[in-house]
Amino acid sequence: MIITRTEADLDIQRIRADFPILGNSTRGGRPLVYLDSAASAQKPRAVIDAESSVYETQYANIHRGLYDLSERATLAYEEGRRTVQRFLKAKHAHEIIFTRNATESINLVAASYGRRFLQPGDEIVITGLEHHSNIVPWQLLREERGVVLKVAPVSDNGEVPLEAITGLFGPRTRLVAVAHMSNVLGTILPVAEIIRAAHAVGAKVLVDGAQAVSHLPVDVEALDVDFYAFSAHKIYGPTGLGVLYGKETLLNAMPPYQGGGDMIQSVRFERSTWAPLPQKFEAGTPAIAQVTALAAAIDYVNALGLDRIAAHENALLSYATERLLAIPGLRIVGTVPGKAAVLSFILEDAHPHDIAQILDHEGVAVRAGHHCAQPLMERFEVPATARASFAVYNTRADVDALAAAVGKVKELFGR
Amino acid sequence: MSDDLRDLYQEVILDHGRHPRNRRVIEDANHHARGENPLCGDKLTVFLKVGPDGVITDVSFDGQGCAISTASASLMTEVMVGKTEKQAEALFEGFHALATGGEPALSEEFEDDMDRLQVLAGVRDYPVRVKCATLAWHTLEAALKDKQKATTE
Repeated sequence: MIITRTEADLDIQRIRADFPILGNSTRGGRPLVYLDSAASAQKPRAVIDAESSVYETQYANIHRGLYDLSERATLAYEEGRRTVQRFLKAKHAHEIIFTRNATESINLVAASYGRRFLQPGDEIVITGLEHHSNIVPWQLLREERGVVLKVAPVSDNGEVPLEAITGLFGPRTRLVAVAHMSNVLGTILPVAEIIRAAHAVGAKVLVDGAQAVSHLPVDVEALDVDFYAFSAHKIYGPTGLGVLYGKETLLNAMPPYQGGGDMIQSVRFERSTWAPLPQKFEAGTPAIAQVTALAAAIDYVNALGLDRIAAHENALLSYATERLLAIPGLRIVGTVPGKAAVLSFILEDAHPHDIAQILDHEGVAVRAGHHCAQPLMERFEVPATARASFAVYNTRADVDALAAAVGKVKELFGR
Repeated sequence: MSDDLRDLYQEVILDHGRHPRNRRVIEDANHHARGENPLCGDKLTVFLKVGPDGVITDVSFDGQGCAISTASASLMTEVMVGKTEKQAEALFEGFHALATGGEPALSEEFEDDMDRLQVLAGVRDYPVRVKCATLAWHTLEAALKDKQKATTE
């Protein structure tokens, strides 16, 4: 069976041993069953050690000190940038901008590209399954610049067909901003086709890769995507660090996002000039140690192989889908074939918050709520969902614990 | 089922959660407000009819929520009928203390009401769920003060 083979291939028990937190138990003394990696993934020892090692051996501020320690810190930081460049298959390292998170990456594009290049009446196309972080920055821009926001509808199974997006294209379409993968439904959007179609009408494309990068290989050059955003913490990396990939020509044409130290060439009270890429977009002291930790996370993922990670997660997803659908009164939200690693569900008898509470008592950590996607909740006419999400360290035993815990919910709330 | 979970989900709560009392719209309400818990997106509306003498003659709520928030709203509508606005305020303070682990400093006239509400005291061990339990109450307070909106934040 495929499931057994991929688990054996990756040796999941050995991988689990890489994640110290998985050895801890929850408040009831039960082993932790962590099924909330779509919110934030746990960290392997290699990432934890990489970050502390920076502080122990090579920490100083970067890009300014003339002493050995600062030079080494700068080299490590820029080596981290090259690791991200290779990971996304970007042409240049200076096309990688470090931010606080994927949210800030998108805000950077909205504020810098949007304010400079979008005119009143210009249209931005998004989809109905976007996370708030790929909705609200465009609404802010709409208030400020009078751009028009168009939303491609989501079908009943959680799909956004290409035609739903291209059907909104018109002479004023300037930007298409879509998730690579839905954080609620697990749907993977056909980004390559979306990008081709958008470019054909002269629009730029931003892809929110926050969910996708830990499940799918990304090649920004092959995709020809204009902007690609993700967060380090969702790919087993540190918090407080995000990435924005942007095409060199676009980033060069854009004004700075924030002003401050590190992003200038010269400052005079009459006029200042900006540093070249990537420093132009990295005002202030960045997340120095976290960049090295992200590089360690990428090395970790690469060593396991994203394809093998995805195969393992998809096998778990199929197994979990089968187990949960066997529970009467349970409905899965998001059923499009080829979806990844995320399983949202509701129960007839119990609200998602009550589900999550009881699961917690069984040691099973899932997310309950609107998942920062309120318009999507309205689309599916649910107040919230419970969501289990899978990562490389999850096992069939985790799925069994999930199914058993949902059984407990039925026991308590079933009539 | 573990005991601490039973403390949170007592039979009374499960019953009010399944069969909430006074979940309806009062068409001729003279006060109402909408409450929202931004954390989970739960929304409810509280309706009030207050007589010229300041006595609450009818209370209801409308909306969907978890068992805790629904049961709390349901119990609230039951204890609030017949109270003056001033008594309602005092009861709000008393319930808030009960849910957050403070000491409710209430006079004896509220003893029966507080006894009934005691089933919700289990939420104090779950900081996130305190907001579920208090949403309806914050909304009622907003309605009494003729604020249109309440939030648990």
